[in-house]
Amino acid sequence: MLEEAFRDEWGRVVASLVGFLGDFDRAEDAAQEAFAVAARTWPRTGPPDSPGAWLVTTARNRAIDRLRRERALAGKMHLLAEPEATVDEADDTLIKDERLELIFTCCHPALPLEGQVALTLRALGGLNTAEIARAFLVSEETMKRRLTRAKTKIRAAGIPFTVPGAHLLPERLDAVLAVLYLIYNEGYSGRVDLGAEAIRLGRVLAALLPDEPETYGLLALMLIHHARRRARFAGERGEDLVLLDDQDRSLWDLDRIAEGRAVLDRAIALGGRGAYVVQAAIASLQAHERVDWPQVAELYRRLAALTGSAVVELNRAVALAQAGDPAGALCAVDRLDLDGYLYFHSTRGELLRRLGRDGEARAAYRRALDLAVSTPEQRFLTRRLEQL
Amino acid sequence: MQYALMIYSESSYLEGLPDDEREAAHADYRALAEDDRFVSAAQLEPAETATCVRLAGGRTLMTDGPFADTKEVLGGFCLIEAADLDEAAELAARIPAVRLGGTVEIRPLAQP
Repeated sequence: MLEEAFRDEWGRVVASLVGFLGDFDRAEDAAQEAFAVAARTWPRTGPPDSPGAWLVTTARNRAIDRLRRERALAGKMHLLAEPEATVDEADDTLIKDERLELIFTCCHPALPLEGQVALTLRALGGLNTAEIARAFLVSEETMKRRLTRAKTKIRAAGIPFTVPGAHLLPERLDAVLAVLYLIYNEGYSGRVDLGAEAIRLGRVLAALLPDEPETYGLLALMLIHHARRRARFAGERGEDLVLLDDQDRSLWDLDRIAEGRAVLDRAIALGGRGAYVVQAAIASLQAHERVDWPQVAELYRRLAALTGSAVVELNRAVALAQAGDPAGALCAVDRLDLDGYLYFHSTRGELLRRLGRDGEARAAYRRALDLAVSTPEQRFLTRRLEQL
Repeated sequence: MQYALMIYSESSYLEGLPDDEREAAHADYRALAEDDRFVSAAQLEPAETATCVRLAGGRTLMTDGPFADTKEVLGGFCLIEAADLDEAAELAARIPAVRLGGTVEIRPLAQP
């Protein structure tokens, strides 16, 4: 129960306290104290009717106490005029949800991207510094500095705790979605289950901004990808990469795919035609028993027009080959300037193999193997070379 | 909060403009100076007039030229009063140097 409340309520409690105190460190300290009190008393008394409101009220009271004790009154006198609220009467409907303000503060473009990511996971996700450090393969000390630097800049540079106005919203929302997608993709590498965390944050964002199609697009994309994660790797320690064609579909989470498709429908109904919506539509098509590859290629064409990305063009070529035109696909691939990119060479290798040009295929796979850094990639390419 | 908006640009960016665009840029600067949130501003003489001073072996040493040898140099600055960084950035974006290829660095003034 407590663990559950922690995951669900941490972001709300911190958001409310940052809004109240205007200070991240004090907000986190007070939230931590309130959760500690809950851990001591709830097992005895049972959880309160409104756990969130109880935690926010307790944390506020602790913060006020602490301000009194420290007599750090300069500039914070007005907070002490606030009457101390009674915990027993705390009701969730009386506590304003300020998580949206918190998300936009954490993902403010004036912060370095790595700081945005870390702070979002800490303040909204409730991950501790050690967990975030492990996910991003840096020392705890480095991650602590990164978080401190971001919090210091928010305070010193006057980064606001607000939901941006209509003229700024599209651009700022893009920044938030980019942070969530980055968190999701870190999770894809499998060190910490950041994928589930990104999905949780995506749900929160979609609930708070129910009219924004791209938010649903990203949520749908993450849900459908996540549903296939167990089929993407094989071997005892997940050391082998499995291509879509060879995936064991019984490992797919069909409920989650259905949920992703429903979210995608909502994005499209809201008029969403942006990059996340298109990517979610592609993922949805690829999660069918029989994939409509010409349609996938068409969606990649649209995505390439939106992003101008050569990697997307490469994916379009793969879809063309799957649709039965490997020669056309190879033509498209050879026009791309992606020499330093592993998947450019592995795709060429695969297309050349299908066209019966084994010698050239071998050379392309070798070039790809030179560029491979992860073990699953290396093992996959070595197997391909052996099969030629 | 008070912020300094420091304007970095190529020194001759205004001279290279056609008359009407230069006039429009001046008009934008004047409009900014009339904004309620404007505190003060100064335009600097070109970087060729700059001199750096440092201490070397106990003696002050003067050298010709600006501190950093880059194409974009500090050409002037504004002081403004803004509620937060977003408001400061909106004012900064109205500085003509921004649309003419320059950069404005926003720095909060240290609180006394």
